[in-house]
Amino acid sequence: MADLTDLGVAAIRDGVAAGTFSALEIAEAFNANVAAASALNAFIIATPEKALEAAKATDARRAKGEALGLMGGVPIGMKDLFATKGVQTTAASHILEGFVPEYESTVSQKLWDAGAGMLGKLNLDQFAMGSSNETSYFGNVISPWRRADGGNAAMAPGGSSGGSSTAVSARLAPAATGTDTGGSIRQPAAFTGISGIKPTYGRCSRWGIVAFASSLDQAGPMARDVRDCAIMLEAMAGFDPKDATSLEMAVPQWEAGLNPDMKGKRVGVPREYRMDGMDADVAASWDQGIAWLRDAGAEIVEVSLPHTKYALPAYYIIAPAEASSNLARYDGVRYGLRDLPDGAGLQDMYAATRAAGFGAEVKRRILIGTYVLSAGFYDAYYTQAQKVRTLISRDFAQAFEQCDVILAPTAPTAAFGLGDKSDDPLAMYLNDVFAVPASLAGLPAMSVPAGLNREGLPLGLQIIGRPFDEQGVLNAGLAIEARAGFAHRPAKWW
Amino acid sequence: MSVDTATVAKIAALARIKVSEAELAAMVPELNGILAWVEQLGEVDVSGVEPMTAVIPNHMRLRADVIDADPLTGGGRRDAVLANAPAAMDGFYGVPKVIE
Repeated sequence: MADLTDLGVAAIRDGVAAGTFSALEIAEAFNANVAAASALNAFIIATPEKALEAAKATDARRAKGEALGLMGGVPIGMKDLFATKGVQTTAASHILEGFVPEYESTVSQKLWDAGAGMLGKLNLDQFAMGSSNETSYFGNVISPWRRADGGNAAMAPGGSSGGSSTAVSARLAPAATGTDTGGSIRQPAAFTGISGIKPTYGRCSRWGIVAFASSLDQAGPMARDVRDCAIMLEAMAGFDPKDATSLEMAVPQWEAGLNPDMKGKRVGVPREYRMDGMDADVAASWDQGIAWLRDAGAEIVEVSLPHTKYALPAYYIIAPAEASSNLARYDGVRYGLRDLPDGAGLQDMYAATRAAGFGAEVKRRILIGTYVLSAGFYDAYYTQAQKVRTLISRDFAQAFEQCDVILAPTAPTAAFGLGDKSDDPLAMYLNDVFAVPASLAGLPAMSVPAGLNREGLPLGLQIIGRPFDEQGVLNAGLAIEARAGFAHRPAKWW
Repeated sequence: MSVDTATVAKIAALARIKVSEAELAAMVPELNGILAWVEQLGEVDVSGVEPMTAVIPNHMRLRADVIDADPLTGGGRRDAVLANAPAAMDGFYGVPKVIE
């Protein structure tokens, strides 16, 4: 039999149910891969005992003839932004180092209830702020991919869900949770040759997810194919009264609804995304994607999203503004780090604690957010950005009068090397240029692998859908997946 | 608009983040670079446009008016609430003395 760690979510679930292998064998195989991959630094902590415990429970249920759940027997990686009861939850920050939640996030609880087990807590950019996984207090995550030039330059796994992308791509986990505020599921998926979907804002509960920018944060699955994403999203989504923005809607059966036939569907290609000086390999992969969807029966239409160039600057006002407010809770009093210099008063303690506990990028965003919300600047920056956000959302609504889904690149380039952009915040931010507009509009969007660039690094294609139309997004993803036949994987060096 | 050292020091004080002189000096050009870039939003004609409040239409719900409707987030959980406090004492959060 093939290596068990080459199996994805559907294959594991079906194999465990059929008795081809036990859930315990699966958990042991992935635990071994996690333990042997410390060079990738994908996990902040491994929890092999949790994976084994869940697997034994699944095997016991099977022995009794009970239903195993949507994710029965599937061990997963959990981004360390989800509160896990009794297991350290850090958001990759020093300020939350040692924080052990007394409660479980809604999304992780749903996954355990569906029969999944936890391999460990995955590394990420600190408070999910970053596009390369270089802002973690616990060190960079290293992508399993390398350029095909024979060199060993360490490549960025994308961010912020870089531990998730690395773990899934390197076969340390068949799937992992991600969160996406401005591309943090889609861009790392594209960088590592895997799939990932950010559902419509409100599909997955935010309760128990360490907050970054509440009007943008959405959880979603990252896995090696579209079907696996559909299964896991079904297990993660659903109404939660504990999240005021949770959608009170039934969860569709996305896996059962998968259909790669695009006949009668119109695919929009936004002209503003074809930018001057666009990477030639990215442009070619986009053209290839258009041809694949036409081959699948879709009609291709050009659409216009006129405010595209303003999405990123609007995002870098709105997200830091929300972050500065959300991160005000870290005060050295209720949980997390406390830095109390000799003779310091309460205010000094706050300032010293936050200086010691937050990394440079987090401080930068808190300061930007504080500035744009401050008296005298609020309207010029924050209100203006929220008006532009309305226009961006309106652009999509008008485009969706002419098409069913939109096809675009996921990122402007393939993965870059660690350190290549870390000295220039603006260059790093520009990496999310194609991902951020769908986030600002709250739309479902997914990245699927399309091929390799001339350096041998993966490229992703992005599908953006109407609100609540995850099915349309998944189906277009499936049509691309079937034609791309992406079977590349990183050569094991770790 | 651009910021100077004094402005960044004031923002940092508002944000309750202690910054050294050297950090301040490094932050000023970084923040100015980002602010100069976001200025382009000023080009957009937003007349008659309402600022975004909810990205996906939704309605505000009220929870049932019941004490401890959700036992997990209800009352009577002092020890769990204090479990991660860096200096809890006698069932309270401990803080430096604030009144002389």
